[in-house]
Amino acid sequence: MKLNLKIWRQKNNKTKGKIQDYILDGVEEDMSFLEMLDFLNNKLLNEGGEPVAFDHDCREGICGSCSLFINGVAHGPERGTTTCQLHMRKFKDGDTIFIEPFRSRAFPVIKDLIVDRSSFDRIQQAGAYVSVNTSGNTQDANAIPVSKEDADEAFNSATCIGCGACVASCKNSSAMLFTAAKISQYSLLPQGKVERKQRALNMVKQMDLEGFGACTNTGACEAQCPKEISIKNIARMNREYLMANIKK
Amino acid sequence: MDKENKVFSINELAEYLKVSKKTIRRHISSGKIKCSKVGGVYRISQDALDVFLNPDGNFSEPALNINPEKGEAKPFPIDSKVPFGSMENKWKNHKQNINLVSPANKRLIDVIVVGTGLAGASASATLAELGYNVKSFCFQDSSRRAHSIAAQGGINAAKNYQGDGDSVYRLFYDTVKGGDYRSREANVYRLAEVSTNIIDQCVAQGVPFARDYGGLLDNRSFGGVLVSRTFYAKGQTGQQLLLGAYSAMNRQINRGKIEMYSRHEMLELVTVNGKARGIIARNLVNGKLERHAAHAVVIASGGYGNVFFLSTNAMGSNVTASWKIHKKGAYFANPCFTQIHPTCIPVSGENQSKLTLMSESLRNDGRIWVPKKLEDVKKLRLKKIKPTEIKEGDRDYYLERRYPAFGNLVPRDVASRAAKERCDAGFGVNKTGEAVFLDFQSAIIRYGTEKTHSLGGDQNDKENVQNLGKQAIKEKYGNLFQMYEKITDENPYETPMMIYPAVHYTMGGVWVDYNLMTSIPGCYAIGEANFSDHGANRLGASALMQGLADGYFVLPYTIGDYLSADIRTGKISTDSPEFKNAERDVLEKLKGFIQNKGTKPVDYFHKKLGRIMWNKCGMSRNKTDLKKAINEIKELREDFYKNVFVPGELHEFNEELAKAGRVADFLELGELFAIDALEREESCGGHFREEHQTQEGEALRDDQNFNFVSAWEYKKTEKAKLHKEKLKFESVKLKSRSYK
Repeated sequence: MKLNLKIWRQKNNKTKGKIQDYILDGVEEDMSFLEMLDFLNNKLLNEGGEPVAFDHDCREGICGSCSLFINGVAHGPERGTTTCQLHMRKFKDGDTIFIEPFRSRAFPVIKDLIVDRSSFDRIQQAGAYVSVNTSGNTQDANAIPVSKEDADEAFNSATCIGCGACVASCKNSSAMLFTAAKISQYSLLPQGKVERKQRALNMVKQMDLEGFGACTNTGACEAQCPKEISIKNIARMNREYLMANIKK
Repeated sequence: MDKENKVFSINELAEYLKVSKKTIRRHISSGKIKCSKVGGVYRISQDALDVFLNPDGNFSEPALNINPEKGEAKPFPIDSKVPFGSMENKWKNHKQNINLVSPANKRLIDVIVVGTGLAGASASATLAELGYNVKSFCFQDSSRRAHSIAAQGGINAAKNYQGDGDSVYRLFYDTVKGGDYRSREANVYRLAEVSTNIIDQCVAQGVPFARDYGGLLDNRSFGGVLVSRTFYAKGQTGQQLLLGAYSAMNRQINRGKIEMYSRHEMLELVTVNGKARGIIARNLVNGKLERHAAHAVVIASGGYGNVFFLSTNAMGSNVTASWKIHKKGAYFANPCFTQIHPTCIPVSGENQSKLTLMSESLRNDGRIWVPKKLEDVKKLRLKKIKPTEIKEGDRDYYLERRYPAFGNLVPRDVASRAAKERCDAGFGVNKTGEAVFLDFQSAIIRYGTEKTHSLGGDQNDKENVQNLGKQAIKEKYGNLFQMYEKITDENPYETPMMIYPAVHYTMGGVWVDYNLMTSIPGCYAIGEANFSDHGANRLGASALMQGLADGYFVLPYTIGDYLSADIRTGKISTDSPEFKNAERDVLEKLKGFIQNKGTKPVDYFHKKLGRIMWNKCGMSRNKTDLKKAINEIKELREDFYKNVFVPGELHEFNEELAKAGRVADFLELGELFAIDALEREESCGGHFREEHQTQEGEALRDDQNFNFVSAWEYKKTEKAKLHKEKLKFESVKLKSRSYK
């Protein structure tokens, strides 16, 4: 198929970027979206040009490196899919595709489609852990039973891949879903409950410091989350945060 | 005399040996008698005494490197430092006897860790926890994205929670046997020993493992074993374990004990007076080179499967860190031991960039088959019939046929070769002829019937049984089925999956001693980057175990033995000529790529290298092809340096430049890989030489001549030099591996 690509090009964070047009012929249905970009880059390189920079690594939907705003939707049109899992069979010959980076004040552009998501790491560093030492001399793993429902629910929250689609799709650039997923995971497990108050306070504080917006319950984050993390997590985080503030 | 747990004081020992106390003290201070200090007094263990009395005893015999031409015997040049004593006591005694660094002195010592996968992240966290100042490096934008995250099936541990006869010894035995007797026995035993701590540790960190309805941890079974010892979190175990280690790292970053450098790539090791003292790293965002100094450098940068271009590794996974230390003096061991994983999604087209694994755990419930009749194969390829239309009697469940004891759960190398054998015989079921079926229909019926029975439903209601069965399968493997459907556009609940083997893991890697130190003092290699634990084939769910064992529980102990001599060294300066020269060399190499006026992109060479490797050093190898491969790789390397095109500039984000550096290293490693495969004139584990097989086509090992680790020493101008570390098996008897 032949595609009309409109791609955001930006040399670095000091220069202004713009949308550039590319016509790409010979795209096959079985290619993944990123393989289509590889194909474009190969063409650009053979013509002596500079390839389009984009983040990617595992290409199986788990590392959370890939991003891309495709036709105005984070990770493209398919639900519950990362860009690397999106295949060109979902597009038609002659389609025009806009490809942009994830946009947020807290995600500055590094080059072309690559953004700096280290703000996410800093939120996690503020408290997304259990303060247990790594000596291995903890109690036996089966010493505290955890109900299957809680374990499964904690697992569902823990499947967040930290890609930032929630932020990119939110009109307020809120990182609530990301932060909430981690807070939820720990608040559901007995091991995480000990520090729940301080964790909620510290992580929310860091989230605000990074310049992410507030939540207005639009639900775009949940709709575009490639791992379909539930917005219920935000409710749980709000509860944790409120309780922590009351019982400070 | 009772050999177990006997401990002597100096007085007792003097009496026992009928010598003066002074003599004993002299031997202790000269190091001839190893002893530990307990509460201020010296105590000598029976094992240490045995060593003293019998220094040339068979357990301390140096490995022999016999040169057949001259008939002379040379010992392996470096001590593997395997402790003496019985297998069960080695690690325990070793921990008691090695030197430690006091908490106050740890603050004065810096350690660099390259890579943040399971091994790197867990090592960074624990070293920082202990008090060392840690600098961690990863090329990804966040340490959480290292490729351990993609591991699916699970992690082994000898917990025996299921009460099905598991034990440390059995896990150890399975791993040695699974590795086809080419791993270092003592290392494997230690791995099995610490495996149980890993699970305790991870649960304490809040890793949400799968649980049963009673709230306890659930297990499943993996290939090559007869017990259920695999802990899992759906098909995302690697993700959950890595996020656990990442959280432990975050805690230390928050404490200021780890400095995290993401989007940084190590490009050179700096040695001062023969010791590893730092690295040159490139900041991938601004392209600038940086010098980082430390008292020790730990390489945890994973495997080199991407030498095949197409593999299940992440796009960025590379051999560069390992290769750079190899070129500085670290031996590279068993490079030809590569794991080809049997259950991956088949290659679909020319522009494919990577392959996707379908977890081995699927073989618990999936049955592998191809049609019995070639006419059915033809119809399948032309899409004239559906796989579900082929009658039960016309299907060849070839693993169940050939290996009745283990069936679909034979180890990976065996399953891969069996698939290749059927496809080579013309029974491949897709258009390229390189695919077999993995079928869940019988499992769906089995689970469905079970569920219907417990709900009191009608077992003849086929639709209901099917629905309940599919639900049960979804519970277990939901995300894997979804992943399959996204890639192939086929629904695996309705039609069998199509799978084919693909490169997945590399058992070979940097040579390390029992302390995990490479042949460069102060330079360590952990996780997939080293060679020690998996021999010639890795069992499923053992990679995660090894990564975390090395990082959490082994390296943090053993590194103290080396660093205890460094407590007075003080800060290492980055202004020394060694750092300057290393930086200059790296800069020149990078400039060379940018200034090269070539025309072909980096991927062109990488793909070409991958094709050579897959066709000539892949699932089966022979002398003629390996020799051809060596020459072709040499030619390709020359072509690469002449004609590669790298756009852009040095001091900016430049992915093509980073890729060029990685491919340059793959082009050197590939050659050593082929040389190693050529030298090893036997078949073992993942290394199958066509010249060495039984009549039934099974691998034929040669313990007489090849019971050793091939440790290659880099030589600048001549061929790499082979050193042989002879393997000795004290607890396990060498026998031919059978899964029938």
